[in-house]
Amino acid sequence: MNVVYFAWVRERIGIPQETVETDAATVNDLIAELRAREPRYDAAFADITALRVALDQELSDFDSPLAGVREVAFFPPMTGG
Amino acid sequence: MTVRVQADPFDAGAELNRFAQGRGDVGAVVSFTGVVRDTHGSLREMLIEHYPGMTEKAISAIADEARTRWDLADVLVIHRYGPLAVGAPIMMVATAAAHRAAAFAAADFLMDYLKSRAPFWKKEITAEAETWVAAKDADEDALKRW
Repeated sequence: MNVVYFAWVRERIGIPQETVETDAATVNDLIAELRAREPRYDAAFADITALRVALDQELSDFDSPLAGVREVAFFPPMTGG
Repeated sequence: MTVRVQADPFDAGAELNRFAQGRGDVGAVVSFTGVVRDTHGSLREMLIEHYPGMTEKAISAIADEARTRWDLADVLVIHRYGPLAVGAPIMMVATAAAHRAAAFAAADFLMDYLKSRAPFWKKEITAEAETWVAAKDADEDALKRW
């Protein structure tokens, strides 16, 4: 699946997007896999209360299933307006 | 309904005139324009990042929700991204309705939701530092009144 990062999450991980091969069942499972990869991921996902997730461009929850999802986005709380 | 997400500047006055024109059924047009503010006198520019694709969908969903809650003749939302100078317009909303109560309430609702539910992120750039603007608890709390 395509995983995209925005704002400080993008800066901390160092890339705007990547393709991830995963069998993760939920967003939380995917985060656990990413955190185990490298310290920069571990740092970015250290406090998920500071993060939001969108699945296929819809705001979602961290316990949401990933079955059929093509794009996961991680970003901080939005500051539009 | 018009939703525009763009890097280019816009003329809020011209947009508002165009929006308000030629509407026989409308008695009230309300607009809000958000402008880059230099809070500490040190801002060089504001950089706005967004999530292309989701941004347009999220704003359209918010505008659709406003139209189900209030009897609106039309809604306009323009939101910029990229580097913005101090004093530059960031975004505007305009609502048109038969009566002012609906136009005011819908514009207020749109602003509350655009702040915390449209995927934009603001970064303040000064000579010394680049700082992501943190979302405020008050902005999240503001959604509860709707």
